[in-house]
Amino acid sequence: MTAAVLWHNVFFWIFGLAASALAVGVVVSTNVVRMAVCLVMSLAAVAGLFFLAGAPLLGAIQILVYVGGTMVLLVFGVMLTARLPAAAMRTNAGQWVAALIVGAALLAVLWQAGRGLSAACARRDAAAPSAAEIAPANQTVTELGLALLGVRADAAQSAEGGSSTQRPGYLLPFELISVHLLAALVGAAYLARSRWPARRQAADDVRSTDME
Amino acid sequence: MTDQIASRLPESWAWAAWAGAALIHVALMLCFVLAAVAFFVWLERKVSARIQDRLGPTRVGGRFGWLQSPADGIKLLCKEDIIPAAADSFLFRIAPYLCFCPAFAAFAAIPLADGWVALRLDIAVLFVLAVAGMEIFGVILAGYASGSKYSLFGAMREAAQVVSYEAPLALCLVIPVMLAGSMDLTTIANAQEGWFTQWFVFHNPFSFAAFWIYVVCATANTNRAPFDLPEAESELVAGFMTEYSGFRWAVFFMAEYTAMLAVCLIASIAFLGGWNGPIPWTGWLGLSYSVHPALGFLGDFVGFLNLTAKSFLGVIFIMALRWTLPRLRIDQVMAMCWKYCVPLAAAMLLGAAVWLCLFPGGVFRGVGLRNAPSPTVAAVGAFAGEREQVQP
Repeated sequence: MTAAVLWHNVFFWIFGLAASALAVGVVVSTNVVRMAVCLVMSLAAVAGLFFLAGAPLLGAIQILVYVGGTMVLLVFGVMLTARLPAAAMRTNAGQWVAALIVGAALLAVLWQAGRGLSAACARRDAAAPSAAEIAPANQTVTELGLALLGVRADAAQSAEGGSSTQRPGYLLPFELISVHLLAALVGAAYLARSRWPARRQAADDVRSTDME
Repeated sequence: MTDQIASRLPESWAWAAWAGAALIHVALMLCFVLAAVAFFVWLERKVSARIQDRLGPTRVGGRFGWLQSPADGIKLLCKEDIIPAAADSFLFRIAPYLCFCPAFAAFAAIPLADGWVALRLDIAVLFVLAVAGMEIFGVILAGYASGSKYSLFGAMREAAQVVSYEAPLALCLVIPVMLAGSMDLTTIANAQEGWFTQWFVFHNPFSFAAFWIYVVCATANTNRAPFDLPEAESELVAGFMTEYSGFRWAVFFMAEYTAMLAVCLIASIAFLGGWNGPIPWTGWLGLSYSVHPALGFLGDFVGFLNLTAKSFLGVIFIMALRWTLPRLRIDQVMAMCWKYCVPLAAAMLLGAAVWLCLFPGGVFRGVGLRNAPSPTVAAVGAFAGEREQVQP
């Protein structure tokens, strides 16, 4: 049993170190495409951590949204910099100092939170042991989907204990956010489109001056 | 499998059971995928020769021309591995592997028979779509790192095409997910047990149409003609593969055939009944684990042959398409996706949902054969009933 736990630790260190090292690679690299490659692999390593933690839904979403999104970034990076392959992106000293300060502050916060996490979990489990019992019982995402529709498995069980709290599903907020994002997308497309005639006019001007 | 190995080993050797089970799974997947790829390379020649009256592949090399494929393999291994001077050499070298690995990793969650799966996930459909979609990453890198205009154009075309066609592809796959009430591919295939009328492609008119939209989108997603713009020979030399030679070029080809097999397997599982044959004769003969484990294994093996036959027929169909239809223009490809496939797929999804509400359990045209109610519906009903009982 201890060997199996150790095996998990080994993979945790592999994925964790890969994610961290590639994140450093994003910062120190000077080529935009190599940066994007490091970022994609770093995010994929984080997805590996999610799979390792037994959260395949989160891992798959991480790959689909973050890795896929970075890939689109990569496409734009290639399109915009393809003409100057030697174009290096340099960071000056002031930016380095600011970035290091912010990074160190975030690391300190995360370190503190990580150290306090096990104690907090122990306290929560002591207060409500039922929550800890429910969690590992069912590893499927069915309950997650049902909760989205407003049918909470844990709520139904706690209702037997007497505290019947009517919790609404997350479908309405989810749809609202979707519509909001769609509106943002349409707005962005409109804003980008309205500039087209002006730019085309400018391009035509350049072309006509070239011809002259 | 891990448990079976672990039971024969001392307790402290549990890690060996994990490692052994993982290695066996990987070895089996590699054997299946590589054997299929070798077969497809041979098949592509034969199909093209039959369709286009090419004389070579119908006469060359041994019985049925099987020697041609090993000869090609040896030639590719012996070729010089060229890296252009303008290339970003590190990215250029890793790009083929970044292309092949995601296509292969997707097979971890694809079941080949009932229970014959390396990693049974609740969200297998999502996992396969997400992981297989990363294949394009290697293609973009190859196009950029080659330092060549043709490669870059090919990669950009592929990026635009694949990212666009993922949307209708995923929308089409939502229909079988909805009908089965699960994203687990094993559950989806088992929900189509019985005669071929139980297959989701024949479940209702909308799923029938969605299957054909899926075929179009899968063809576009794997860059097969008539959607092979990224490697259009007549305009871009060989697209993103222009600068590659030898083994790295062969890895790109392996990735292409692997992706083709993956989309055909998904189509067979999600729409064409998976390992359930058109006629359920294994059930009549009693080939199940409840009778005898060996008979159950035999039944699973027949199911595996069923699924393989269906997906190989799918691959042959895609190959026949390639040698029959002319290539589309890039604007036609984009119009096909956003003006036809996406709205049609969305309409089919809506129609299938309405059909499911109007005729719960009814199959094609609502005729008498009844499916079991969808597990999701059953689960929601069960939970709702529970809540009604407990609330005063």
